[in-house]
Amino acid sequence: MHKESELRPPLILGDKTWHDITEDVCRPVESKANKWWWLAFSVSLAAFIWWVIAVSYTVGTGLGVWGLNKTVGWAWDITNFVWWVGIGHAGTLISAILLLFRQKWRLSINRSAEAMTIFAVICAASFIVSHMGRPWVAYWPLPLPNQFGSLWVNFNSPLVWDVFAISTYFSVSLAFWYTGLIPDFAVIRDRANTKWRKRIYTILSFGWIGSAKNWQRFEEVSLVLAGLSTPLVLSVHSVVSMDFATSIVPGWHTTIFPPYFVAGAIFSGFAMVQTLLIIVRKVLTLEDYITIYHIDMMNRVILITGSIVGVAYITEFFIAWYSGVEYEQYAFINRATGPYWWAYWSMMTCNVITPQLFWSKKLRESVFATFIISIFVNVGMWFERFVIIVTSLHRDYLPSSWTMYSPTWVEAGIFIGSIGLFFTCFLIFVRVFPVIAMSELKTIVKSSTEGAKKKQAATAKQETH
Amino acid sequence: MSAKNKKFVYGIFDDDQVVLNAIPALKSKGLKVKDVISPFPIHGLDEVLGLERTRISIACFLFGMTGCGLALLMTSYMNIFDWPMDIGGKPSFAFYKNLPAFIPVTFESTVLCAAHGMVITFLLRSKLLPGVEPHVIHPRMSDDQFVMAVQINDDSEIANVESQLRAAGAIETKK
Repeated sequence: MHKESELRPPLILGDKTWHDITEDVCRPVESKANKWWWLAFSVSLAAFIWWVIAVSYTVGTGLGVWGLNKTVGWAWDITNFVWWVGIGHAGTLISAILLLFRQKWRLSINRSAEAMTIFAVICAASFIVSHMGRPWVAYWPLPLPNQFGSLWVNFNSPLVWDVFAISTYFSVSLAFWYTGLIPDFAVIRDRANTKWRKRIYTILSFGWIGSAKNWQRFEEVSLVLAGLSTPLVLSVHSVVSMDFATSIVPGWHTTIFPPYFVAGAIFSGFAMVQTLLIIVRKVLTLEDYITIYHIDMMNRVILITGSIVGVAYITEFFIAWYSGVEYEQYAFINRATGPYWWAYWSMMTCNVITPQLFWSKKLRESVFATFIISIFVNVGMWFERFVIIVTSLHRDYLPSSWTMYSPTWVEAGIFIGSIGLFFTCFLIFVRVFPVIAMSELKTIVKSSTEGAKKKQAATAKQETH
Repeated sequence: MSAKNKKFVYGIFDDDQVVLNAIPALKSKGLKVKDVISPFPIHGLDEVLGLERTRISIACFLFGMTGCGLALLMTSYMNIFDWPMDIGGKPSFAFYKNLPAFIPVTFESTVLCAAHGMVITFLLRSKLLPGVEPHVIHPRMSDDQFVMAVQINDDSEIANVESQLRAAGAIETKK
């Protein structure tokens, strides 16, 4: 059996048994939604409908309905795409990298973080498709024979790398997530007392029973998938950053981009996990599983990645000056003091200053402070992408083409709508899927619950006397 | 497990450690302990049951190699042999010169094939597919109970096996 020092804080509060975990995690799936859920769901659905309207209008009329112009050809669409993909990264980090590092605190949060990954990548993909202008030829970036439309795709192009990276990331995350869900669907199936629930979860659980061989293969598959997902997740945002870094636009052409984007992605992703889980643990009464200790651990990740992002901002500035290239230097001076100074300073405040508050243990362990700071980080990371994309483009080599950019209601609709899409998916998820990986969490009941710790401490005391 | 002509007696346990300790003891008394169904993975169970190590990670490696090879073939055929293009003064005339630019696609394709190949192998090999009817022996075997399956040759052994299972800590037995 796995032993753990009683000095480590318990990962599950109270004296929970395996059966308690089953009851607590299955309750939201087996009971009716309360009025708060319906309220949140209605608001999200309304935003999602706005998304449908705005996207349909864009596709039907053309990209002219957006605020783009000849100078600023990428703006909110790519900002939102990069923002959403970045948010997705925390899910994979929690489920894959923390699994490889044997961090047991991931067990209470990995399921919902992975769900967040899937939904965030869906939102990101929606911006890719809608910014194409002609989404009915969205298959052109795929390596299809010439009869299908264009020539072969250019494998030297980072945009093609991105197609491969995002689609691999999405499908592998989905496979990883679903594999983990199979045993938990079987739990709901075996408890089901209505005909339809039994039927649906029988299909979803693929006939899983949990024999020794099943578990042996399951564990091996989880471990190898974690090993594959770890370089995959690092590659995805590296490739996204190369969409910019391989160009010659001042402010984009930077070798620091891949690690800087990956750190930023994990930073924003953990902030979104905090925002979601602080609400989820309250609404679904899962405070015993998603404890202050979990929140503290995630805040530490936010602190470290936030500091990396801060160092990256300062390094960029230093290198722009040190390079001696005046275009590069102007791009950075323009960021901080040009017409978009407010976006730059919002980014600096939210991403560099606010996470530093987490050096205080009191704030790291405060649910309220965490929630507020996580919102700040989400906003700041959105501004980071806006600053990189729009302020670099709006004034580059040719001053006669300098211009300003502002979004139309259509772009605002798609952005707000994508948040609606995300929350609609997430709210359905919390009612239909087990939000905590029960079968994995049950493996630490004997070593890491509050009750087990107390028993351990009591026996240790007896032995010394 | 699923073979229909085989007969089993099932012992229901409520603790993983009891199951783990009981198996060697029961085996030494001549009982054919074939399987344990548990709500979560029990570490050390493979050894006491005598299960072989799964080869699924080897399959995964082979799928990954296939994906890697296919991507190299695809990029070299499409961009170097079939229709080389010179975009932005960066021509695609020799595979070894363009290889660095093809690495991201090759890497993604390797991961794609390795991950999906392994998951599909896992599902097929474990007979896990939508529509498969599970063999539920005890309704709480996915919750907090452990089911030990002991194979018997004919019904005369049932009483003996049942009493042995109970002696080893089973809270319930089932035919």
